[in-house]
Formats: sequence, C-alpha cells, structure tokens
Amino acid sequence: MENRAVLLPQTNRDDWGENMMHARTLTIRIMRYNPAEPETKPYLQDFQLTEEPGMTLFVVLNKLREEQDPTLRFDFVCRAAICGSCGMLVNGKPTLACKTLTKDLPETTTLLPLPVFKLIGDLSVDTGVWFRDVSLRTESWIHTDTVFDPDAEEERMDNDVAQKIYEAERCIECGCCIGGCATANIKPNFIGAAGVNRVARFMLDPRDQRTDREYLELVGTDDGVFGCVGLMACDDNCPVGIPLRDQLAYVRRKMAQSAWNLGKTK
Amino acid sequence: MSHYDSYVTDVLVIGAGLAGERAAVEAATQGLNVIILSLVPPRRSHSSAAQGGMQASLGNTAMGKGDSPDVHFMDTVKGSDWGCDQDVARLFVNTAPTAVREMAHWGVPWTRVTMDKKIYDGKEIYEDPEKVGLIAARNFGGTAKWRTCYTADGTGHTLLYTMDSMVLKLGITVHDRVEALSLIHDDEQCYGAVVRCLRSGDLRVYTAKTTVIATGGYGRLYGASTNAIINEGSGMALALDTGVVPLGNMEAVQFHPTGIVPSWILITEGARGDGGYLLDKNLHRFMPDYEPVKKELASRDVVSRRIMQHIRDGYGVESPYGEHVWLDIRHLGAKHINTNLREIANICKNFRGIDPVTDLIPVRPTQHYSMGGVRTNIDGQAYGLRNLFALGEAACWDLHGFNRLGGNSLAETVVAGKIVGHQIARYTKEVSPDVKFSLMEEHLHQQVDRVKRLQSCQDGTENVYQLRREMEGILSRNVGIFRSEGPLQEAVSALHDLYERSLHIGLRGGGQGGDPELGAALRLPGMIRLAYCIALGALAREESRGSHFREDFPKRDDENWLKRTLAYWPPGADSPVLQYEPVKITESPPGDRGYGESSRASATDKPR
Ligand SMILES: Cc1cc2nc3c(=O)[nH]c(=O)nc-3n(C[C@H](O)[C@H](O)[C@H](O)COP(=O)(O)OP(=O)(O)OC[C@H]3O[C@@H](n4cnc5c(N)ncnc54)[C@H](O)[C@@H]3O)c2cc1C
Ligand code: SF4
Ligand code: SF4
Ligand code: FES
Repeated sequence: MENRAVLLPQTNRDDWGENMMHARTLTIRIMRYNPAEPETKPYLQDFQLTEEPGMTLFVVLNKLREEQDPTLRFDFVCRAAICGSCGMLVNGKPTLACKTLTKDLPETTTLLPLPVFKLIGDLSVDTGVWFRDVSLRTESWIHTDTVFDPDAEEERMDNDVAQKIYEAERCIECGCCIGGCATANIKPNFIGAAGVNRVARFMLDPRDQRTDREYLELVGTDDGVFGCVGLMACDDNCPVGIPLRDQLAYVRRKMAQSAWNLGKTK
Repeated sequence: MSHYDSYVTDVLVIGAGLAGERAAVEAATQGLNVIILSLVPPRRSHSSAAQGGMQASLGNTAMGKGDSPDVHFMDTVKGSDWGCDQDVARLFVNTAPTAVREMAHWGVPWTRVTMDKKIYDGKEIYEDPEKVGLIAARNFGGTAKWRTCYTADGTGHTLLYTMDSMVLKLGITVHDRVEALSLIHDDEQCYGAVVRCLRSGDLRVYTAKTTVIATGGYGRLYGASTNAIINEGSGMALALDTGVVPLGNMEAVQFHPTGIVPSWILITEGARGDGGYLLDKNLHRFMPDYEPVKKELASRDVVSRRIMQHIRDGYGVESPYGEHVWLDIRHLGAKHINTNLREIANICKNFRGIDPVTDLIPVRPTQHYSMGGVRTNIDGQAYGLRNLFALGEAACWDLHGFNRLGGNSLAETVVAGKIVGHQIARYTKEVSPDVKFSLMEEHLHQQVDRVKRLQSCQDGTENVYQLRREMEGILSRNVGIFRSEGPLQEAVSALHDLYERSLHIGLRGGGQGGDPELGAALRLPGMIRLAYCIALGALAREESRGSHFREDFPKRDDENWLKRTLAYWPPGADSPVLQYEPVKITESPPGDRGYGESSRASATDKPR
C-alpha cells in the first residue's frame, strides 16, 4: 500500500544529544581591529564558551556578541551556506563560518578575516565591493543584440547546456578561493578563480554573442587567466564544490587557442 | 551634526533583492536615475536563498499540459483562501509567463524539458518531443498543474545573479551596507530616506522624487524562521512609523511545513513536489489520511496544520528541540537527490550530519513568509503617502491573501517589479522635485538624537538582545500556527510592555562607528511595533482563513471577515489602530478550496 513507508531507514540517527555530558569549553581566538581607530593595532582576543550540540560558528559568534562583547563585527546573512557572506580563515583555512560545526574543531580555534579583501572590522571584509568590481571588469552579463519579444515562445536550450551554465553560476562570491590564492594575495587586480569561473559561465552560454577574441581582451592578461600559477588552492577551498581546476583549464585553453589564432591572422 | 553626505536621485529603491532590482531595472531602462540601497551586497539578499522555483503557466511539461493563466488564477485565489485582491491576481497570472521568458532572455539557465525517463508517484511521465528545450516545470503544493519553473536547486540564486547582472549592465548605482532608518515625509508626501552607513556608522540623507520599499519579509521577528537573519521587516517598520501608511493583513504569517530541526533552515517544497513523503514516529505516511487528494502537496497552511495536529495527537518523534516528523526522500534515489535536490542533501550533511539518500530528515513547520506588508494599490503605490511605492515581500499588493502558494513569491517579485517598475517610471516623470530642506534636517536630527541617546544610555539600560529574545518568544509561543483568544490577549499585553521597555534601551558597547549593537538597538522598537500589529490583528480576526487559524473560530467567516486588516500606528501612540477594507472579488466568489479542513469530514472527496 502506498501509504506505508516500505523502506526502513538504514540509520535512524537520533544523535541529538551528541553526548554533551562532557561539554567542552571552547576557546575562540579572534582578530580584533577597527580601521576607524588605526592607533589600536590588530590583536588577537580570546573568548571562552561552552560547546552545545549541533553548534556552528554562526551560533558561536552570535553568542559571543550578545553575551560577551557587543562590538564584535562579522557577517552572516543566510546562515545556510547559500549567500557567501561569512567567508573567514578558520584555523588558517578559508571557509564558510556558518557551515563550520564546532564538533569538527579543536578546543582552541583561531578566526581571522579573509585576506585580499578590504577589512571593515574584526572578521568583516568587503567581499561585495571586490566582486562587483570584477563583474564590471569582466562585463559579466549576457551580451546580445537580440531584443526580447514578449509575445514569442522562449528560445530553446538543450538542458545539458543549461546545466553546464548553472554549474558555473553556482559560485556564491564568498571569496574563499581568493583569500587562499597566492596570486591574488600579491596582485591586487587579479580576478582570481572566481573571476575566471564567472567568465567561463558566459563563454558557455550560447545567448552571449561575444567572440573568443573579445573574451581574450577581457581576461587574456596577467590580471586574468594567465596570472594564475596553478597551485590549485582555490579548487580545495571552494565551499560549493565548483570544479575550479577544470574551469581555469577550460578558459586558459580557449584563450591560448584564440591568442594563437589571432597571431596567425595578424 | 550638520556634516553628512547627501544624495539626490529620481528613484530611490530601498532593497536590492529581486523585487527592488527588477523595479530599478525597469525605471532605469526608461531613462530615470536610480539608486538602490541594501543592507548587504545585492547578491546576498535573501532572494538568493529560494531554491524551489517560480510559478508561470507555460504548460510545457506533460504534467503541466492544459495550464493557463486561468488555472493559475484559480490556484492563487484558492490558495489565498479568497483573501487576495483578484484584480492583482489576474494581472499577475497574465504577466508571469512573459516575466519568466524575459528572465531567460537575460540569462537565467532555466531547467529545460528533456526526454529523460521520469517516474512520479510510481508512474512514468512521457514528455512531448515537440517541447524539448523549452522551460520545464516541477510540482509545487496547492497547484492543479506542474507550473513551477526552476533552475536545478538554485532558482533564486540564478534569478538574482541574472537580475543583478542587468543592474550592472545598466550602470545603476548601488550602495550596499547601508540601512534606511526613516522616511523623510510630511503628511502628504515622501521625499526620500535617512540612512545609516553600516561600514562607518555615518548618517546620510537621500532625497528622491519617488521612494520604493522593497525590503523583503520580517521572518526574524519569530525566533525560529527559515529566513535570513537580515529579514527583520525594517522597510515595513519605516512605513508604519510615518503614521499615515498602513500595513495590510499582518496577521497572515506563513509557516512552511518543513524547516529542518533545529537550525530551521528550509527544506524546499521541491522535496515533496518531487515525490517526498511525510512520516510519523511509526514511519507511517500520514498525509493521505487527512488529504487523500493532494496528500503532501496540499497548500502550505494546510500541511503545516496537519503536521502539528498529528504531533498533538501523539505521533510526533521526540527530540530535545521538541517533537517533529520525518521527511523521507530516500526513494527518489541518489542521482535525483544529488542533482535536482542537491541543496537539500548539502543542508542535511552540513547542518545535521545526515545523508537524505539513506536517512530520514527531521522537520517541523517553521515561520517562512510574510503575506502582510506595506499596503499598496495595484500600481504599487503605498496607501497614505504620495511618491511612495512598495513591492515584493515587503508589500501587501495583495496577491497572496491569507496564504501564499509556493513559487508565487519569486514570481511576484519579478512580475511586480516589471509592472510596478513601469508605474514608478511613469509616475516619477510627472513629479517635480520640491524637497524642503527643513524637513530633511528635521528627520536627520531625529535619528542623530536617537543615536546619541542610545550611546549615552540616556533613556535607560535595557539590553537590546534580551528584549529581542522576549519578542521572539512571545510570537513563537502565542501567535503561531494554532491561535486562540487567551494566548493572543497575553501576547498583546506582553508586547505592549515590551514596546515601552524598548524605548529605554541603552548600549553596553558604546556604539561607535558601524557598531552592530547600535544597529540592533535602532531597529528593535520598529520590530516590536510590527510584532504588535501581527498579534493585535490575529486577536481581532475571529475566523480562520488560510494561514490564520483560530481554534476558537475554526471556520472561515465570509459574512463578517471577507476583509483586509489595515494596521496604523498613529504618531506618538503606544499601540496600533486597526481598520478594515473590503477584499476585491471579481471573478471567483468564495468557495471550497478542495483541500484543508473543509474536506476533513469527507475523506472521499473527489479529485478536482
Ligand atoms: C529559504 C527560503 C526559500 C524560498 N523559496 C522560495 C521558492 O522556491 N519560490 C518562491 O516563490 N519563493 C520562495 N521564497 C520566498 C522568496 O524567496 C522571497 O519572498 C522573495 O525572494 C523576496 O524578495 P524581495 O526582493 O521582496 O526581498 P529580499 O530578497 O529579502 O530583499 C530585501 C532587500 O532589502 C534590503 N533591505 C532590507 N531592509 C533594508 C533597509 N532598512 N535599508 C536598506 N536595505 C534594506 C536587503 O538588503 C535586501 O537587499 C523562499 C523564502 C525562503 C526564506
Ligand atoms: S590555481 Fe590559480 S587561481 Fe587557483 S589558487 Fe592557484 S593561482 Fe590562484
Ligand atoms: S568559486 Fe567557490 S570559493 Fe570562489 S568565490 Fe565562488 S563559491 Fe566562493
Ligand atoms: S551566512 Fe550565508 S553563506 Fe554563511
């Protein structure tokens, strides 16, 4: 009968308690700095709190702000690993704080703001402005001459193509791939893996009429795809699992090809 | 303080979610100067979190065959429990297909129709080969046809990124990390807003011919909500604070059936749309017992109540975070779960440590959507003040009445953005700027004064976070899914006291620069005012309609309550005042929804 659940769950994981009998005391070491008060140099401050079941760094930081230091600055929006607001260095690794469970952390955890981006205060950095600038420089919108006809059926698209575009579009602009990138850390204008991936998204899209040559002008530079030194820290750091290694290779291949063709026709 | 930055523009859009950006795009395309304000970088707005999809009656898929704006209209009206404005619903359903296609033209990689083998509810679905490559649709609750267009597991994300790419393309000015604190207005007109920079803490003045509120919902008034933490209803509070702009149907609060326990992150309706089951503690699939026709896919208010009822009857699964039920999608298979429902798999893994391919997901109804908001007419103009518009979740355009259908909200943002954006452009061209300097100064100084008083603890030392928790608790406990007079009365008087206390907040941290505690303290009194409107509206409405369910008045009462609540907060008052207006019925007189309590008696109801 369809009303019955026939499958039995393999696990009926009732691990709610997560055995909190011996709750740990966590030490959270946070970089404090307010650029509006440059006299006070950046310093590390230790906070202590008791671990709770299912605790994430989202819960931790809000508790610290509400109960210990109301001036603590950090960014969360969705608290569900969707919006890309909360990238930071957790024990040195760029990642999303909201999806970091404390049970996966040692007793002492150091939190630093993502490098490369402009610091707003404590753990809050200006990723938004950085990404907007890259989007503008790479002209990240569909370039087309066709005019929308409100009465016509939509143009068809193969679903596989749609999926490929979506795979690249999934980037949430968290900056984890940028914060951990050797090139981005020394070259202020390098568009990083996220920037290259964004370009790939439009290259894959048949609705965008830009030619390879136009793309070459946008990203065939040392601030673009040729600035990457290929150590692939970015690929490991992407919290949404975008295959950055493949995307970098795809754009580089296309750009090298196009540069070569250009050389031939000159 | 007379040193402040000021900006002048034709159109000031407060909010960079889908609704605000779509309206901005329309106004800019028509040649107007537009500035968009946002608490966060636009792409981090809550619109990006919508996974499920957006409704439009394209009718491309086999299960959507025969769909039309008329069918969409009836679903929307029934879903709203006849509480919506039918002129608005009509305009909306007729425009939705164009709006979806326009988004495709701008770049949204909608999932397309394929001939891949699909099984739904044990039956194979055969697509029409002629339709391959057109925009596909999935099943969502409360709809007669499969109508919800989607991009895999990231509809809101791709819509917002595409919309924002248009904002970039058009060169529209965006100021992120700012918060509007008040509207500059006199008794008749709105002239812009006083705004706080969240980076530096500096106050700014924006003056505009037209001001637009597109600030999203207020989910975070309830502690447990699927909403982003920035969804605090501040745009609605700004409008209410004017004393002359009313909020419509604030008591209409949607609870989504499936928030994951205990972080309350949403498990999208797509899970049930794609064939997921709800199971009780005996692993019995209970929804067909209550809703033999729509089963798990009755409208949200109904499914949420059924779950809570089933839990009350003793079938809930116990947990330290209260009782819950299970969502079971294991039978959909790993491939389907890890592509079309990948976001669900991620949420389960990241936040609960389980894998939905093999495990059951613990879920419970959770606050999700604000049907109420700034009351506007069909053109999006706010009641009460000229030169003020509102749209999106912040508005009560009134497409949703007392219950919004899943997928109708994303659709509302882009459809209203298109329609209201056009009206904004038309209207703004007629307005001549006549900002009174003294009025600007007055409104600015009110905010300067508030900041100073908070910083110096001049009015008291109430703790903003503590008051906030109390507000959340009152709403969650007393103004939830099941409501009745006693608890509502209690909520109203508790909120009355809490509001008074919120006028005596003092900061503990000094509140310098872009201090977060100061931001919270500036916001909280407005949030409590909204909570008050919700509770008072719910207490007054002695009937059950859509998501508003009164145990002491379990039936819909069209004779007395086929009307919309308008909540005002007169200047200087300590409580809101309620008025009512009739609901516009044009095509469909109130009837039976075909699911929900009315079908409880006859479990043999014929399918519609
Ligand atoms: C988890 C989740 C999933 C959802 N899934 C779906 C779905 O599948 N289908 C569907 O139809 N609907 C869905 N919804 C509902 C839908 O996503 C929202 O209703 C819709 O996106 C709201 O869009 P908006 O533009 O009105 O507001 P938002 O996207 O919330 O944007 C509000 C904007 O206002 C700004 N803002 C707010 N206050 C201020 C202020 N004081 N000053 C300056 N700026 C301010 C914010 O920064 C933000 O830019 C979902 C909702 C949630 C919570
Ligand atoms: S592979 Fe290139 S983009 Fe990635 S981290 Fe290394 S240098 Fe940066
Ligand atoms: S590519 Fe990945 S790591 Fe880089 S910004 Fe996008 S989501 Fe973050
Ligand atoms: S808060 Fe949105 S990704 Fe972490």
